[in-house]
This record gives sequence, structure tokens and C-alpha cells, in this order.
Amino acid sequence: MFIHIDDKICKGCKLCVRICPNNVFQMKNKVNDKGFVIPEVVNENRCTKCKLCELTCPDLAIFVKK
Amino acid sequence: MKEKINPLRKYIRNGKLPHFFCPGCGCGQILSYFLRAVDNLQLDFKKIVTIGGVGCTARIPIYLNTDSLHGVHGRTLAWATGIKLYRPDLKVVIFAGDGDLVSIGGNHFLHATRRNLDVTVIMVNNFNFAMTGGQVAPTTLFNSVTMTTPYGSKENTLDVCKLAVCAGATYVSRWSTAKPIQTIKAIKKALQHKGFSLIEILSQCPTNFGRYALKTSDTEEVLKWIENKSILKTKAKKLSEQELKDRFVLGEFIHKKRPVFQGTTFLKEEDN
Repeated sequence: MFIHIDDKICKGCKLCVRICPNNVFQMKNKVNDKGFVIPEVVNENRCTKCKLCELTCPDLAIFVKK
Repeated sequence: MKEKINPLRKYIRNGKLPHFFCPGCGCGQILSYFLRAVDNLQLDFKKIVTIGGVGCTARIPIYLNTDSLHGVHGRTLAWATGIKLYRPDLKVVIFAGDGDLVSIGGNHFLHATRRNLDVTVIMVNNFNFAMTGGQVAPTTLFNSVTMTTPYGSKENTLDVCKLAVCAGATYVSRWSTAKPIQTIKAIKKALQHKGFSLIEILSQCPTNFGRYALKTSDTEEVLKWIENKSILKTKAKKLSEQELKDRFVLGEFIHKKRPVFQGTTFLKEEDN
């Protein structure tokens, strides 16, 4: 596990799902305590660590560990 | 646990996240781009003063762990002039929206650029007054529907970058939130530049502008609309003025040196 999503501050804007070229994220049934549907990491083995999701996240919720 | 959170969060005030912006708002992205630029340049965060007026964008300084001002609508540059004259060693960064900077604070903007005040202005252009519910702003495009113009706006659009170049700013560039690398580079250049530097960032507002003008509240659709409307400066050179109507030219418009405004001699003598 090297992609970390902070459940508490994610607002489910889908920008990371949009920008990821390898479809690592997926919006499923995971809901945080504020009621937002938040993305889940489904295919972590496809990740190339380009950090586009970390760059585009407006809430500073995603962190990709090197 | 500490290894799992974004290292940029050390610049955010304790307990301020999650922020107030709507899901998918560009203001959050601009906050993160600014933090990245500061982190990259290794600037002293205690030597930076951030100022915000009123509006969605103007709430960005609330989350930053710097000294900050937040108050009257449109008067950000007036405060910046005061701070910069009394403490020239501080770096002053202004976060303002289009309505804040060029509609209500339009006169301050003209005179700060004319004097070449040494500040960095990050103007977030989301094409309307977003916080008050989506009213028409000077940057709203011709014929686009907003809350106060249900039959389409019949006013011509103000090009803020052209205005700043004419008034005498020394660094002017325009980028959009869909181009993060170029935006971060521009912010870095502006922070290092001595003189009035303006970066206009086109940002998506799915809640108000998207709902009224584009009839969608989807962030992706609004971002696509901005991307389709924008064109790079090198490509825009070949097109005629008619083809460039209602399009946004992205790029760096001016980067030059000019003497910086340092106040009256009277203040300096007293200081000695």
C-alpha cells in the first residue's frame, strides 16, 4: 500500500478518477462519515507513481509514497 | 500515521482541513499549487504575508500558516501597499477572485500596477461572483447565463491580463487549473520576480457558473469547457481576432524590469 487517501477530508470530487491514466481509482460504495462517496484504490499494481492524483487533489487528501 | 499524510499539510493551520470549498472547486487546487511552489523554492513561511478580500478565493489565506489579513471587499491591494511600505522585507501574496480584484477593487488594481508595487497577485478567475450565488462579473463571457442575467449577459468581457500589461505590470501570465505544472512554474517565477506580478488562473466553478451557464454541475464538464476554450499563446499568434473571440489565450504576456515603488522620501528619513 503506497497510495493513501485521507477518508476524513476527501470530498469525492472525482478529479483523481478523471486524471489517472491507468484507472487505479474507482468510485464504489465506500462512504465517509460526512456522507461523500469517496474513491477506492482498486488496481494498485497498475500505478506508475506519476503523482498526478496527488497534484490534482484540491483537498490535499491523497499522498503517494515513493 | 504521520507517514500516511501529505507532507504539504505542514503549511496548513491545525484543524482547518477539510476546507470550505465545494467538491471539485479550483480554489483548493490553487491552494495546493501555491504550497508546492513555496515548498519547491524553500521560502521562509514566516516572511510571507497572505492577503484575501471577500469571496471564495479570498478564503485561501485562512488555511495557510502565515500571517494573513482578511476583510473588506476589493481592498486587498490597498493593504498590500501599506504592508509593503512599512516592511519591505516581507513577501506579500494576494489571493483574490475576479470580482474582488477587478470589479470592486478595480481602482486599487490600476494604481498598484501603475506604481509597480512589489507584490504577487494570484487572481482566480471563475467567471462569476461565486460566493454570493453566481452573479455576473466583469469576466463573464458575452451571452452566458448567470443568476442576475437570465437572458444572457450583454456586456463585453474584461481581459485582465491585457489591462495589467497596459497599466504597467512587470510580470503577467495566464494559466488554468487544468495545467498544473505550468501554473506552479508561473507561481514560482512570480514569487521570485521583483515588481508587480499577476497570475490569472482560470478555475472551474461547478456549483454556480456550471449550473447557470453550462447547465451542468459536473466538475469534469466544466473543466472540459475551459480546456476547449483556452488556447496557447504561440498557437494564438496565427489566428485572427475574430477567431480568438470568446477564447482564453494562455501563456506569459510580459516579463521585464522596472523600478519598484518604495514610498515617499519622508518616510525613509524618519526611519533612519
